[in-house]
Amino acid sequence: MSADSAAATRGPWSLALRRFLRNRLAVAFLALFALIVVFVLAAPLWADQVAHTGPNTAHVLEKLSVNGQQRDVVTPQGEPIGPQWFEAGGRFFLGADSRLGRDEMVRLMYGGRISLLIGIVSGLITTLVAVILGLLAGFYKGWVDGLIARTMDVLWSLPVFLIGVAAGISMAVGGLKIGPLELHSGSIWAPILIISVFSIPYIGRAIRGEAMALSEKEFVEAAVAQGAGPPRLMFGEILPNLASTIVVFFALSVANNMLFEAGLSFLGAGVQPPNSSWGTMISSGVELLTTAPLLSIIPGAMIMLTVLSLNVVADGLRDALDPRAKVRLEAHAGMVEPEGAPV
Amino acid sequence: MTASPLLSVSRLRVGFATEGGLLQAVDGVDFELRTGEVLAIVGESGSGKSVTAQTIMGLTRSPNSRIEGSVKLDGEELTSADDSELRRVRGERIAMIFQDPMTSFNPVYRLGDQIAEAIRAHRGEVSMKAARGRAVELLDSVGIPNAEQRVADYPHAFSGGMRQRAMIAMALALEPEVLIADEPTTALDVTIQAQILALLERLNRERGLATILITHDLGVVAEVADRVLVMYAGKIVEAGSLDEIFYDPQHPYTWGLMGSLTRIDRTRPRRLPQIAGAPPSLLELPKGCSFRPRCPHEFARCSQPPGLEAGPAEAPEHRDRCWLTREQKRSMRQVGGQIGLEAPRP
Amino acid sequence: MVRFILRRLVGMVAVLFTTSLIVFLIFNVIPNSPPAQRLAGKNATPTLVKSIEEEWGFDESLPVQYATMMKQVFTGELISYNTHLPVNEQIEEGIPATFSLSIGAALIWLCLGVLLGYLSAINAGAWLDRLLTGASIVGISIPVFLLGPVLIYILADKLQVLPNGGYVALSEDPWEWLTHLILPWFTIAVLSIGFYSRVLRASMLDAMGEDYVRTARAKGLSEHRVMTRHVLRNSLIPIVTLFGLDFGATIAGTAIITETIFGIQGVGYYAAQALTNEDLPPIIGVTLYGAFFVVLVNALVDVAYAYLDPRVRLGQEAR
Repeated sequence: MSADSAAATRGPWSLALRRFLRNRLAVAFLALFALIVVFVLAAPLWADQVAHTGPNTAHVLEKLSVNGQQRDVVTPQGEPIGPQWFEAGGRFFLGADSRLGRDEMVRLMYGGRISLLIGIVSGLITTLVAVILGLLAGFYKGWVDGLIARTMDVLWSLPVFLIGVAAGISMAVGGLKIGPLELHSGSIWAPILIISVFSIPYIGRAIRGEAMALSEKEFVEAAVAQGAGPPRLMFGEILPNLASTIVVFFALSVANNMLFEAGLSFLGAGVQPPNSSWGTMISSGVELLTTAPLLSIIPGAMIMLTVLSLNVVADGLRDALDPRAKVRLEAHAGMVEPEGAPV
Repeated sequence: MTASPLLSVSRLRVGFATEGGLLQAVDGVDFELRTGEVLAIVGESGSGKSVTAQTIMGLTRSPNSRIEGSVKLDGEELTSADDSELRRVRGERIAMIFQDPMTSFNPVYRLGDQIAEAIRAHRGEVSMKAARGRAVELLDSVGIPNAEQRVADYPHAFSGGMRQRAMIAMALALEPEVLIADEPTTALDVTIQAQILALLERLNRERGLATILITHDLGVVAEVADRVLVMYAGKIVEAGSLDEIFYDPQHPYTWGLMGSLTRIDRTRPRRLPQIAGAPPSLLELPKGCSFRPRCPHEFARCSQPPGLEAGPAEAPEHRDRCWLTREQKRSMRQVGGQIGLEAPRP
Repeated sequence: MVRFILRRLVGMVAVLFTTSLIVFLIFNVIPNSPPAQRLAGKNATPTLVKSIEEEWGFDESLPVQYATMMKQVFTGELISYNTHLPVNEQIEEGIPATFSLSIGAALIWLCLGVLLGYLSAINAGAWLDRLLTGASIVGISIPVFLLGPVLIYILADKLQVLPNGGYVALSEDPWEWLTHLILPWFTIAVLSIGFYSRVLRASMLDAMGEDYVRTARAKGLSEHRVMTRHVLRNSLIPIVTLFGLDFGATIAGTAIITETIFGIQGVGYYAAQALTNEDLPPIIGVTLYGAFFVVLVNALVDVAYAYLDPRVRLGQEAR
C-alpha cells in the first residue's frame, strides 16, 4: 500500500515528466531541437563576429584569401566557391550560394530563423484556434457543431497544399486585404496565415471528437449539477483533460507546418525575397545540384532534423502522457502527405 | 452417472509475467465436470475464475504466461496439446461464450456468416449455403424470431440479449460436449438475464450439455447450478453441491457472500452486510490463508495456509479450505438469525 | 447503399462549389491589387489589362465576376496571358505523366506500407518491430525536397545508375518510362510507407485486443484466419480512408515538388512553371482540376468505407 500512497501524492504531470525523462531517445532529440534553436538564434553573432557579412550581401565580384591564395568567390563560369570550413577564418564556412556569392552559412542561420518562426507561430495559431473550435463544437454539439464540423470537412476535402500554393502566390503578387486586415505582398504573415488556416481541420477534428467524448463523462455532469456554466465546463473541466492531446498535437503541428512552409517556399509561393527560408534555399540550390550539391542538401537536412526531432519528441510526449494512446491520435499525428506537406 | 469425468482439471496453476513480478492468477485448482452437469464457479474480480476457464481452452497461452498442471478432456491432455489439436477442440468439443455480447462479434461481418464460419472451420466440406442454412436453424433454436431474415443482419442490429443468444447459438453449432459461459449475463438487464439463464438451463436439460458457468452473482448460481466452486485469490476455497453450499457453507468467505445477498423473505436491514476490506493484490498475497485479513474468525493457526480438505464421511465431495472445525463453523456462521460474516445492522 | 451514394454525390457537388468560391476569393477578392493587372502577369500592357478587365467582368458585381470566371473555366476559355496557351489543353497534356507518377508511387507505398505494418504488428515488441518503427519515424520526416536531390545526386549523377529526370511516355519506350520513374516513385513513397506502416501497426494492435478476436480463437479458427479475416480486415479500414485522401492529393498535382525536382512534365510541373512566372490563370485552372480529383477520390473513399464498415452504411456512427 505504500507504493499507492506515494503515487497518489505526485500529480499526473510530474509522473509524465519522469516518464518522459526516462525515454532517452526523446530527450536526446529534444536536446537536438534545442541546439537547432540556439543555432539559428546565434545568427547575428555569427554574421558579425565570424563571417563579417549579412545574409543578403552579394560578394560575386570579390576574391577570398584562403591559405595565402586568392580565390574567386564566384568563378567567371558562375560556380560558387565550396565550403571553406575554417580555412578563411570562418567566412564562407559552407561556401557561397548561387551566382550571387552570398555566405551560405549566414543564410542558413537567418533562413532557419524564418523557417522556425513560421513553423512555431503558425503552430500556435493553429492549435489555439483548433482547440477553441473543437471545444465549442464538442461541447455545444447541435448546430454549432454542425457548422464547425461542416466547415472543417470542406477544408479537409480540399487539396490543401494546392490551395495553399494558390493563396501563397496570389498574396505574393497582390498582398492581402480582408476588411481591416492588410498585408503587403512580401509579408511573412502571408504564409503564416495560410499555413495556420489550412492546418486547422486536422487538429480541430481530433479535438472535437475528444471534447465530445469528454463532455459525456460523469465528471462533467457532476460539475453541471454543481451549477457550473459553459465557460467553466469547457475550460475548467474538459480542457485540462485535453491538455496532453493538445501538447502532442502542438509539437506535431509545428513539424508539419515547417514542412508545409518549406514546400510553399520551394515553389515560390511562401516566403518572398528579400526574406529567405530553408525552403527557398533548397529551391535555389537545386539548380546547382551537380556542381554544388550541398547548397540544396544542407538546408533540406536541417528541415529534416528539425522535423524528425519534433516527431520523436511528440512520440515521447504521447507515451509519457498516455501510455495507452489510441489509434486516432496516431492517425492524425502523421498528417503529412506524400510531398512532405499536409494533404 | 458415467464413471469417469468428462473434464478433469488437476493442480492447475497459471501465472503471468508482469512489470511488478509474477502474478499467480490461478494457484492450484482441482475440479471435475461430469456429463450433463452444471458447475458454477463463483468469485469476485481477480479471483481467477475467468483465467481458469480460458486456460481450459488454451486461450491464455502467450509468451508471458506460465501454465502448470493438467486439463484432461475425456482423458486427452489439453495443456500440452499443440495448436492444431487445440483448434480441433475449440468450438467442436468445448465451446465458450463471453461476457460482453456487444463486442464479442466482429462488427463488419453478418451474424449468420460468423456462425457459418465457425461451422466451416471444423467441417470444411460443408458448403457456405448449407452452413448458412444451419445458422438459421441454430438461431431459431435459441429463440430468435425471424431467424431467416435476421441471419443476414449485422451484429449492431441486434439487442444485447439477442446477441448473447446468437453467441450461444454459435457455440452450439458443432454440438460440443462442454459449454463454458464466462459471466454470460453480467452485461445484460435483469429481465434478459432470466431469459438467458432459462435458455442455458434448457440446453443443459435437453442435450445433457455439461456447462461451466462463471459468475459473481449467487442468484444466478441458485437458478441453474448443480455444483459450485467458490474461488478466492486464485484458489478454490469451497466446493460442493448447490444445497451444500447454500445451506451448509463451510468457508467464511462463502458466509460473507451469502450474508450480503438481499433476501426477499426478511425485513430489509438498514445497511447490507459487507465483507470488510478488499481482495488482495495478487502480487502481494498475505502469508497463510489468503482470506485472513478480512476474516473476523481468524486465529493463530491461520498463519499456515490451509489445504483444501475433503468433507466428512456423509459428504466427502464437500471440500473447504479453512482451519475451523465443523462445529465451530456451524455456530460462527449464524449472525443475526441468518448465515453471514457479520450481523446485518437493523 | 444507393441512397448513400446519392448523398455523397450531392456532397461532392457542394464541396466543389465551395472550392470554386474559395479560389475565386483567393484570386479576385482578397488580394490588394487590381485583379486584371495581376492576371495579365509580367507582360502586361495597358491594352491587355483593359481587355482582361472586359473579358472577366471586373467592373461588374462580385457574383457576376464569379459566374464569368466559372464560365471561362468550364468552356476552356481560360488562357495564360504569359504563354498564350489554353490552360485546359496544357493540363490535359500533363495528365499522363502525373498519373504515371502518382499511381505508381501510390501502389508502392500502399503495398509496402501495409506489408511492413503487418510485420510490425505481429512481431510487436520484438527487434523487427522496433527497427521498423524507428525507420518509419525517420521516413515520415524526410521531405521530398531533401530525398529527391540526394537520390539524384548519388544515384543519377555520381553513380549514374538511373536517369536524373525527365519523363518518357509509356507508349514510347516502356523501359525508359520505368527507369525514369523509379527515383521519383521512391521519393514520394518513402514518406508514406513510414506513415502507413505505423497506422496499420497501431490499428492492428488495437484490433488484436478486441473481444471478437478472442471469440474467433475460441471458435477454433486457425491463427492465420484470425489474423487475416478478423484482425487485418478491421484494421484496414482506417488505411483505406487515408489512402484515398493521400492518393487524391497526389494525383491532384501536388506532386508539384517532385515533378519540379525531377523535371517530369506533368500537371504539377506546369503549375510550378506558372508559379515562377507569376502567371495566375494556369494556377486557377490547376487548383480547380486538383480540387475535382480530390473531391472525387474522397467520395469514392467514403463509398468504399461504407462498404467495408456496415455500421457507417446503416447510419450508425462508427466508433
